[in-house]
Order: sequence, then C-alpha cells, then structure tokens
Amino acid sequence: MENKNLREEIIRRSGVNPLKCMRCGKCSGTCPAYDEMEYHPHQFVYMVETGDIEPLMNSKSLYKCLTCFACVDRCPRGVEPAKLIESVRLSVIRQQGNNHLNTDTIPDIIDEEMPQQAIVTALRKYNK
Amino acid sequence: MQRIGVFVCWCGSNIAGTVDVQAVAEALKTEPGVVFSTNYQYMCSQAGQDIMKQAIKEHNLTGVVVCSCSPRMHETTFRKTAAAAGLNPYMVEIANIREQCSWVHKDMPTGTEKAIILGKAAIAKVNLNTPLTPGESPVTKRALVIGGGIAGIQTALDIADAGFEVDIVEKKPTIGGKMAQIDKTFPTLDCAACILTPKMVDVAQNEKIRIFSYAEVTDVKGFVGNFTATIKKKARYVKEDVCTGCGICTEKCPQKKVPNEFNLGMDNRRAVYIPFAQAVPKVATIDPDHCTMLKTGKCGVCAKVCTAGAIDYTQKDEFIEENYGAIVVATGYNPISMDKFDEFAYNQSKDVITSLEYERLMNAAGPTAGKLLRPSDGKHPHTIVFVQCVGSRCSACDEKGKEYCSKICCMYTAKHAMLTRDKYPDTDVYVFYIDVRTPGKSFDEFYRRAVEDYGVHYIKGMVGKVMPEGDQLKVRASDLLANKQINIDADLVVLAAAIEPDKSARPLATMLTASMDTNDFFTEAHPKLRPVESPTAGVFLSGACQGPRDIPETVAQAGAAASKVIGLLAKDKLTCNPCVASSNEIMCNGCSSCANVCPYGAITYVEKEFRQPDRTTLVRRVASVNEAVCQGCGCCTVVCPSGAMDLKGFANNQIMSEVDAICK
Amino acid sequence: MQIENKKPLIVAFCCNWCSYAGADLAGNNRLNYPAEVKIIRVPCSCRVNPMFILRAFQRGADGVILCGCHPGDCHYTSGNYYTRRRMALLFSMLDYLGIERDRTRVEWVSAAEGAKFAATMNDFVEKVTALGENKRLEDLRCKK
Repeated sequence: MENKNLREEIIRRSGVNPLKCMRCGKCSGTCPAYDEMEYHPHQFVYMVETGDIEPLMNSKSLYKCLTCFACVDRCPRGVEPAKLIESVRLSVIRQQGNNHLNTDTIPDIIDEEMPQQAIVTALRKYNK
Repeated sequence: MQRIGVFVCWCGSNIAGTVDVQAVAEALKTEPGVVFSTNYQYMCSQAGQDIMKQAIKEHNLTGVVVCSCSPRMHETTFRKTAAAAGLNPYMVEIANIREQCSWVHKDMPTGTEKAIILGKAAIAKVNLNTPLTPGESPVTKRALVIGGGIAGIQTALDIADAGFEVDIVEKKPTIGGKMAQIDKTFPTLDCAACILTPKMVDVAQNEKIRIFSYAEVTDVKGFVGNFTATIKKKARYVKEDVCTGCGICTEKCPQKKVPNEFNLGMDNRRAVYIPFAQAVPKVATIDPDHCTMLKTGKCGVCAKVCTAGAIDYTQKDEFIEENYGAIVVATGYNPISMDKFDEFAYNQSKDVITSLEYERLMNAAGPTAGKLLRPSDGKHPHTIVFVQCVGSRCSACDEKGKEYCSKICCMYTAKHAMLTRDKYPDTDVYVFYIDVRTPGKSFDEFYRRAVEDYGVHYIKGMVGKVMPEGDQLKVRASDLLANKQINIDADLVVLAAAIEPDKSARPLATMLTASMDTNDFFTEAHPKLRPVESPTAGVFLSGACQGPRDIPETVAQAGAAASKVIGLLAKDKLTCNPCVASSNEIMCNGCSSCANVCPYGAITYVEKEFRQPDRTTLVRRVASVNEAVCQGCGCCTVVCPSGAMDLKGFANNQIMSEVDAICK
Repeated sequence: MQIENKKPLIVAFCCNWCSYAGADLAGNNRLNYPAEVKIIRVPCSCRVNPMFILRAFQRGADGVILCGCHPGDCHYTSGNYYTRRRMALLFSMLDYLGIERDRTRVEWVSAAEGAKFAATMNDFVEKVTALGENKRLEDLRCKK
C-alpha cells in the first residue's frame, strides 16, 4: 500500500503517465549514459508503472541520468522518462528528511566525485 | 378531422404481462379522432395485419396508431400493411409500449398508465400527420473515380465490366499510383509491375473507361445520382491524341537536371518526360517549371524532333464539366515527410532513405537498374539497418508523427530484408521493431521465413540516433530483450515511414461534403456494416484514402465499392426519404440561417415572384430544399427565425402535440 | 404548506439513431427505470427546438432530458454539435429564470449503451424528484 502511494506520488509529481509507454525502447536507444546505468530508461518507466520503486531508489542509476532530455525529445509516445527519473530522485531526497541542505553550504560540500546531476538537482531544489 | 384506428398488441405476454392491453384500448377509444380501437395477440402476424387492413377499409381510417414494439422493429411492416389497404404509409405511427414500457416497468398499473400516455401522444401526432409521397430522382448512369492507383483502377474496371461508363481522374501524368513504384509485393513476392501493368492496359483499352490523366477535380455539385463535377485538365503542352509515346523528345530535351519524382528524386529526368515505360496513357508531358521554352521562349527542341507534331507550347488548362451518378474516392496515401525526424539524420545523409526509396533502389527500372547501391557514393552496402514505426504509433500530442499504426510497414520491411539477403548474401540486415504485426493470410509465415531462412536479424528495440560519420552511419539503438545498448556501423539506413492520406483529400472531402477523421482519412458510413460507403449518399471509398491498407485489401475494397456503385447505377430512379425539410415560402425571409447549418448543402435559394395584396408582384429570395439531398435531420428547422422551415413527418406542431399529450 | 407526493413528469427527447435505439436496448435487457420517463422520438437531437422544452415546462413537466449520439458519431455528421451549443445557451437562460440546472440535461447515449440509458434515467429522475414539482414555469392556464 505504501508502495502504491509512492508510485502515485512519483507519477503526480512528474506529471508523467507511464501507461502511455508502448515499450519501444527508443529512450534507451538514445540514452548517452546507458552503459553507466544499472536500470535503463525504459526499465525505469516500466518499474514505476508496476510500482517496483524501491530498487530504483536504491540504485546509483538515478544519478547517472544527465537530464539531457534526449529521451524526452525522442519518445514517440510523449512519456518523458527523464522527468520520471527526476521525480524518483526527489523521492529519495525527501525521504532523507526534507530540506536538509542550505544553499550557502553547497559550495563547501561540492567534491570532485559528486555527479554533476546531483549538484544541478540540489541547486534547482534549494536555490529558491 | 382524422379517422384514427388504434391497434394494441399483446406481443404474447411481452406486453400483456405488464400492460392491461384491454384497458389501453378502451382508454384510447375516447381520444379525439379515434373511431376504432382494438387489441390483438400478435399485431405483426398475418392475422393481425389482416385485422388492420379490414379495419382501415371498414371504418374508412385515415390514420393508424399501433401500440406495439419499437418502431425500429416493425414500423416498416405496419406501413406496408397500411399501404396494402390503400392508406398512405406515412399515416402510421407506433407507440412503443414494449421496449420502452412493458419491458422496463414491473407493475401493471404503472405500465398501463404509461402505455395509455404513449398511445395518446401517438394519436396526437397522427392527428397532424399528412400523407407523404417519397420523391424520385433520376440516376446518371456514369461513375467518376478520383484517383488512378490500384484502388481506382480496380474500381473502374469492375464498374465498366457491369456495362457502365467510368471516368478516372488522376493528377499525375499516368495512372498506376504507388503500386507502379513498388518492386515486389508481399507475401508472394510477385513483381508489382507484372500484375499492375496488364490492368493499366485493360483500363486504357476498355471502351467504357475514359482516363483524365494530369487532371484534377476542382468542383463537385449535386447529389446522389446527379453529381456534376468540374475536371481541370492541366496543360501538358503535348497533344494527347497526337503523341505516339515514342519518347524521342524525352531523349533530346537539353534540360537534363530535373529531379525525377517517380524515382523520388534519386535520379534526374528531362523537362519533357514520360514517367515510366509502361505509363498509361503513354504520352509525354512538359514540366512547365523546368522547360526552357515555356520559361524563356528559347529552345523548342522537342517540337523540332517530334515527328508527329504533338508538341503545343500554347496549350492552356482545360475545364470539363461532366455528370455522374456516383463518385468513388480513391486518392490513396503518401509516406510522411522525414524532415522533422532529426535523430535519423534523413536530411544529413543521402544514405538514410525511406522504404519507398529503397523500393526504387531494388527495382530493375529504378535509378540503379535494380542493383543495390548506396545513393551517396554508389558503393554496395554491407550493413543495412531497417527502422520500423518511424512516425507511426506516436502519441496524439506528438506533432512529428501519426497516432495510428501504418499497417503495411512490418510486411514490406520483412520483404525488403528478405529480398536483400536473398540477392546479396554478403549483407548483414538488421530490423529494429517494436512489435511485428503480421495479421494476414500467409503474413506471419512470411516474416518467420525472413528470420529463419534468410537470417535477417530482428532486434526488439528502437533506434535512438543515427550519426553520419565519414562514409558510415553510426546507429545507436537498444536491444530490449538483451537489455543492451547496441551500436552498429551501417552503410545504409532504411526508415519505414508512416503513411498519411494524400494532401488532395481534405479539399476533396469539402467539395463532396464527405466526412473525415482527425487524420484526414475518409470516414465510412458504418465501420462494420457499410465500410465502403461514405456517409454522404452516392460517394464511395476505395483504398488507402480510408485508412492504411495493403494491396489485397485495397483490391477487395475496390471491388466492394464498385459493387455498391453498380447497385446504385443499375437503378433508373432513386426513391428519397419523404421525411425531409420543407420551407414555407410565404414565411421565409431568405436569411440563409438554414443553409449555413445544413450538413448536406441541401438548401439553395431561389428568386421567386410573390403576388402582393395590392396585386403588384414582389421578387423575393426564398429557401428551397432539394429533397433528394436532404436527409431529414431537422437542424435547419430550429435555426429558422421565422419558423418557415419545417420537417415533414416530424413537424413542429406534431412534436409539440406529443409534448402536450404527455404533459396533460 | 402541504408536502406533495406527486410523481414527477419527465419528457425525454431521443434521437432516432443512437439514443432511441439505446432506450430500446435498455428494454431488451430489461433494465428498469422509472415510468415517469416518457420518450419522444426525433430524427436527430438537433431537431429539438428549444421551444419544445419550454413548452414541456409550461405544460407542467418537471424535467426534460435530451439524448443524442456521442459527439462525432452523429448520424447526420454534425447535428449533435448544434444541440450541444443550443442547449448550453438554453439551459443558462433557464438557470437565469430560476429553473434548477438539475431539471434539464443533455446526455450522449449510443445505440449500444442500454445500461447507460437506464442509469441516466434513474439518476435524472432521482434528481428531479428531489427538486420537487416545477412550479416556476408551469402555466396554470394549461391546467384542466
């Protein structure tokens, strides 16, 4: 039941309807970060659709997505997988106790190893 | 005052079970106009009908009310019975006391009460009924087929076979359509030209068929049985009846750099040209956009070399008006433009082509004489990637593609892949698919042969990007079953482009008042039961103008459309539905409100002379309804501000009296 | 004030091609709906002149429902689009006159939707019954 809520939450927040997916795999065919990922964009959409979300939240794949939006641009069904991935990422962040980052502290904690996407996401989220 | 007979049916126990039929008949006896009332077990039976006939004669009835089942069930039956007894069939009204009363209500008093009210409403209506006579209109025994592809050709041949005259209007210089461009046909792999060109010759030689090639329909007026079409014969600057089709002009013309549309621009033709060797009619055409003589007045080579003297630079567009009884739309399809699909690099590399272009590359009469050579450098490709569903099955909000499945791509891609592997075993052929859809006779077997016998690599997944690099194409795609991203260095990429209706279809639909769906495919009158008729009477549909379809289906539909046309043309007169709108000319002020809402264009305006009280005459513009065109929806009656427009059989006062009877 | 226990009177206009057939289907499937509903057959929902509806209210109807083919499915191609616009205007005028919105309705019922027809009628009659008698537009001169 909790999982179902999580699924609804992710779908609502991203504005993506995973049921629109016709499983053509064009998102994965176009993804530049494909090889870095454990779960690939088309799997992402399918796993959210079936509510199998925990493995996604625990996967490093989340942070391998560059948010280049190639998948969003090319998806023939207008599913927008990148938005879904971003939404799952937010679920992870919020699970960790809401806004525990301060904008001013971000420059201090940036380190070389941190994925670019994490920084962008953090800024987008907290720079308001 | 009418003399009305009321007949209450028991329908066995169907009605009598919940409605006290005796009481209904009794109650209705005292209604105004009713002179006779009875009930019987089965009114629709022979005995029941005899009771009705006898009563009509005995009591001199002028109207009949049958309280029985739905009028959708037995209205025609009772109208025929009344007619047999000498009564106008439109003086019969049905009160539906079965489907809408006895079957949906449970207890006797309620059912009986409602049945009486429904009976009263029907009596109130019959009191205002007037005898109606269906009009008749003559039928012009000639058909017009718009489009000269395989659909149009087959329809025309079938109609001509039945002995009726047919005109084909084709906008290109030759008939043949898309099928003439195709190399082989699935799933039998017989050569398209071998089965199409004999049919084209049949058309040319058939005395009943006239071909208007290089022509367009610019206007259609009239209605079923009586259409008048204006056909614009574009100037081809060659006298059609003089040209022998020898082709010498097409060899001597100095303007050599005109993209050849028959080969989809993959090679060049001259400014004067015959599209292909088997063209029908085999007549040269001068392309005014490229001819130096027509543009600058300096050349005239073709006129000099033509021994028949067929070249005429002064020719003008010609407009022909012709009458038809039926029109068949066979405008066909085109592949969609690949311009918006940047990811497949169609505009960046000559080696990314559409399937129809590939078809020309494989064709012995094509730009490479049937040798598979890359368009860019003329080399033999070794790795070929086919991409399916390009622009098909997109979401509704996707502006690049179409929402529907284009239906034919799976099969022609299997055909291309198979033929390529058969002719060139040194090639690697990859087909990227989402689903392989092969519902058709011997279709799936065909696809399996491509995989099993010919070793075509079918990969479930979609190509994400094609990147031209050097003389190669880097194809990045996903393999969903292996859960891998794969990169292929391809020599040639073939896109199975979605198909869309021809651009000429939309204006044509407006001319014909035929309806279209959101994709510009023509809509059929009924998707199951009337699949080859358009909702507009007298307009029929043949081939891919109605939806994506392959050749066997197109030919089957063409035959079906032809049989419908023959059925129509075989009649000398058409009986019209008498329940049509009619305008009271005294009240009409000629405001055009009704004509604006009429979906059939049945209302026109005429100038009429009216005598004034002071004996002068006044000419006024009044609405006039064409009874053969009007289908009787009644939309015009509501918009008429002066109340001049009324609908026969469902008149304002009739419906109003029904309302009154119910609300009493 | 005395509470009237009178059953409401409902006039239903059904287009010949879809809704009337839908009503027939409800009958074929024996789907019950209140006997207060009396159906008048019209060729198309666009045949229904707003006058008919006003007349029904004037004569004491308590609710009027208009059923047609689904948008896009009209037998006459576009008739129900006119219905939709006309009725939107008429109903807002009736609203202005103080006729409750629940007394009028346009519903799309196809020939295959017998169950929808019955459900619609049950719901409509229930709503109209809750509103009680229509007194505002009823013309007492029409009463016998």
